[in-house]
Amino acid sequence: MSTPLLSIKGLTKAYPGVVANDNVSFDIGEGEVHALLGENGAGKSTLVKMIYGLVKPDSGTMSLRGAPYAPPEPRAARADGIAMVFQHFSLFDALNVAENIALGMENPPAMGDLAARIREVSETYGLPLDPFRTVGDLSAGERQRVEIIRCLLQDPKLLIMDEPTSVLTPQEVEILFQTLQKLRSEGTSILYISHKLEEIRTLCDHATILRLGKNVGECTPRETSARDMAEMMVGTALKTPQRAGRAFGEIALDITGLSVPSPSEFGTSLKNLHLTVRKGEVLGIGGVAGNGQDELLAVLSGEILTAADAVKKDGQPVGRMGPTARRRLGLLTAPEERLGHAAAPNMSLTENALLTGSVREGLESNGFLKWAETRDFAERIIKAFDVRTPGPENAARSLSGGNLQKFVIGREVLQNPDVLVVNQPTWGVDAAAAAAIRQALLDLAARGTAVICISQDLDELMEISDTFAALNEGRLSTPRTTTGLTVDEIGLMMGGAHGMEVAHV
Amino acid sequence: MDLSAINPVLLVASLMVAATPLLLAAIGELVVERAGVLNLGVEGMMIVGAISGFAIAVETGSPWLGFIGAAVGGAILSLLFVVLTQVALANQVASGLALTLFGLGLSALMGQSYVGIKPPAMGKLDIPVLSDLPVVGPILFSHDLILYLGIALTAAVWWMLKYSRMGLILRAVGENHDAAHALGYKVIRIRILAILFGGACAGLGGAYISLIRVPQWTEGMTAGVGWIALALVVFASWKPWRALLGAYLFGGVTVIQLNLQAAGVAIPVEYLAMSPYVITILVLVILSADKSRAPASLGRIFHASH
Repeated sequence: MSTPLLSIKGLTKAYPGVVANDNVSFDIGEGEVHALLGENGAGKSTLVKMIYGLVKPDSGTMSLRGAPYAPPEPRAARADGIAMVFQHFSLFDALNVAENIALGMENPPAMGDLAARIREVSETYGLPLDPFRTVGDLSAGERQRVEIIRCLLQDPKLLIMDEPTSVLTPQEVEILFQTLQKLRSEGTSILYISHKLEEIRTLCDHATILRLGKNVGECTPRETSARDMAEMMVGTALKTPQRAGRAFGEIALDITGLSVPSPSEFGTSLKNLHLTVRKGEVLGIGGVAGNGQDELLAVLSGEILTAADAVKKDGQPVGRMGPTARRRLGLLTAPEERLGHAAAPNMSLTENALLTGSVREGLESNGFLKWAETRDFAERIIKAFDVRTPGPENAARSLSGGNLQKFVIGREVLQNPDVLVVNQPTWGVDAAAAAAIRQALLDLAARGTAVICISQDLDELMEISDTFAALNEGRLSTPRTTTGLTVDEIGLMMGGAHGMEVAHV
Repeated sequence: MDLSAINPVLLVASLMVAATPLLLAAIGELVVERAGVLNLGVEGMMIVGAISGFAIAVETGSPWLGFIGAAVGGAILSLLFVVLTQVALANQVASGLALTLFGLGLSALMGQSYVGIKPPAMGKLDIPVLSDLPVVGPILFSHDLILYLGIALTAAVWWMLKYSRMGLILRAVGENHDAAHALGYKVIRIRILAILFGGACAGLGGAYISLIRVPQWTEGMTAGVGWIALALVVFASWKPWRALLGAYLFGGVTVIQLNLQAAGVAIPVEYLAMSPYVITILVLVILSADKSRAPASLGRIFHASH
C-alpha cells in the first residue's frame, strides 16, 4: 500500500475538565473520501481543528505524505494543501463573494482576475455563483458554495468538510455530492464529518468512528448498515422506538378550509388546508422544506391568527387566540429554529423554561415569578431528557444543538399537552438523542396526547407516525394511514399529486 | 445687520480650519470602528493630545515636534483602552467613558503650568503665485500643513479600506471576528493597531485646536469635539469621504453662525449656536438612508476560546 496522504498517530488534546481527543490514530489515503463519525461532543471538531492548525495537540504526531506535519496556524495548513469548509460558515456578510474568497487565500490575485477564476471554478464544478454579490443576501447553499470555491481555488490535497449538509435542502445536497464525487475522481481526498449515516454510506469510502474522544472503530460504510454504525457511535445497542398498539380517542384538533397568506415575503401561503388529529394519534407531516411548514406551525401555535373556527381544539374555536391562551388550553408547540425561536439564546435554561412553561406549570403568581419552582422545572427537563449541561443557570446558547433540542422538546413534553406540535424535532441531533426524542413523543401519544410531527426526515415519520400527509406548495395531501404506505405513494404525495391529479401523470 | 461684512472666501478658508480637528478625530475613530472596536474615549484622547502637543511645542519651540508628541500622547492614552478591552476583555462602552474622564483629568493636571502661554506659530503653506491667486489661493494654497494632512489621511484611509488587502482584513475583523480568527488572522493584534491609530489621530486633532485654531491652552478646550466626531462616524455610515463632508459641513455652519452672530442677525444666539449640530445631523441622516450599516462585530468582545 502506498503512503497515505495524511497519517494521524496518537493525537491527544485535553481541555480543563474534558479530554476532547484521547490517543486518536487513523490514515486518509490519496483520493479517498474518509468519514469521521461520532455523536455530538465526541471530539470530531477538535480533531479537525488540530489538522487545520487552529488547535495544537497536547501529544501525538501527524504526517503528510510521509513528512512530519504540525501546522502552527491555519495559514500553514493551507500552504500544505489542507482546506476546510466550516460547519458554521466563516463568512463575512457585509463583504461580497470575491472579497470573502480573497480573505481565505494567501496571495490573492487582483479582484478582476479573482472574479474570473471564481466564475471558471464555479462552472467547472457546477456551483453557480456571482462573485460580486454580497454574501449576506445568499442562501445557505450558496454560502456554502462560497466556502467550497474558496477551498478549491487553492487546489487542496485534502478538503475537510464539517457537517456540510446540515443546512442544505435535498436539492442542494445533491449538487454538493456531485461536486465531491468530481473532486474525488480528480484525486482530492476528503475528510467528511457528519452524523447522517445514509449520506456517509452513499459518499464515503472509509469511516473512522469516535466516541468520547477515542477512536472506537473503523468500517467501510458501503458494507456496513446504518444501524451498525449508529451502534458503534453510541456504544450500546440502539433502541428502536416502541409503538404500543393503541386506540385513538376523539378528535383533539381540527383544521378546516384554512387559507393563510404567508407573513414573510419569501414564505409559502397555506391553501385550503384540512386536517384532524385524534387523541393518541401521531400525525406525520412530510415535505421538502419551504412548502409551508413554518406557516403551519405558526397557525397552530397562535403566531398567525386565523378565522376563529378554522382551527378547533376539542371542538372549541381557537383561531383568534394567541400562543399563551392556546397553551392554557393544552395546545403546545415546539418550533424548528432552536436558537431565537424555540429558545432565547442569551437567557439561562431556567429562564427559557419559564418562557413557555409559566402558564401550565403555574410558575408565576400575580405577576411575580416563582424562581424556585421554575428552577425545579428546568432541572426536571434536564434530568428526564438527559440534557448535558453543568446546570440550569447556563445560557441556552452554550448548549450544543442536540442538547438544546432535547431541552426545548422536553420542556413541552413535560407540560403534559393535549395536543403537541413539533417541527423538525430531531434536526441536527445525534442518533441516540433522536431515538430518545422520538420515544418521548410516542410515550406522550400512548398517554392520549395528539401529536403533530412536521419533519423532512421521512424515516423518522415512518417510524413514529400513525397517519402521514405531505405539504407541497402550501397544500396538504389527504392524510393516509402509515402502515402499508409505499415509497412511491409518499413520493406522489410530496410531489403534489392531490388524489384526482394522479390521472394526468 | 450687515451681511456684506462676511467674506465668502475667508469663510471657506476658516471653515476648513474649524473642521480639521473634527475630521482628524473622526477618521481615526472610523478606522477603529471598522475594526469592530467602539472607543468612546475620543474626547479624552483629544484633550491629552492637545496638552501633550502644546507642552512639547512650547518646550522645544517646534510645532512639528508638538504634533508628533500629540500623536504619541493620544496613542499612549489609547494604550490604556487596549489593555482594558483587548487584554482584560472589559466592556468597551464603560472603558471608553472612563478613558474620556481620565483624559480630561490628566490633561488638566499636565496643563497647570501652561495656562496663558502662547505656543510657537505653525508656518503656513506659501507657494509663490499659487498662494497669491484670488479666491483659489486663500482657500486651497495657504493653510498650515496639518490641514492638508487631514485631507490626505481621509484619502489614504478610503483607499486603504477599499482597495488594499490590509483594509480588507481590517473590515473582515470588524465584520465577523470569529470567522477572521478561524481563517488565521490575528484579531487582537489588528484591533490594537487600529486603536493606536485612532488614538494618534485624536491626539493630532486635539493639538490642532491647541496649537493652531485657538493657539493657547485652556482646561477642557476640546469642548465636546470628540463626541461630535463619534456621532459623525455613525452618521457618515463609516465612510471616510462622508466623514469629511460631515466635518466640513459642521465646520462651515459653525463659522457661518459665528459670522451671523457678529453681523447681528435677528435670530437668538441660542438657535444659531445649536444650528451646526442640527444641520450636520439632518444632512448625514438623510445621506445614511441607504442600506449601509455598522460593522457587525462593533463593540463585541473577542475571546479566542477555541
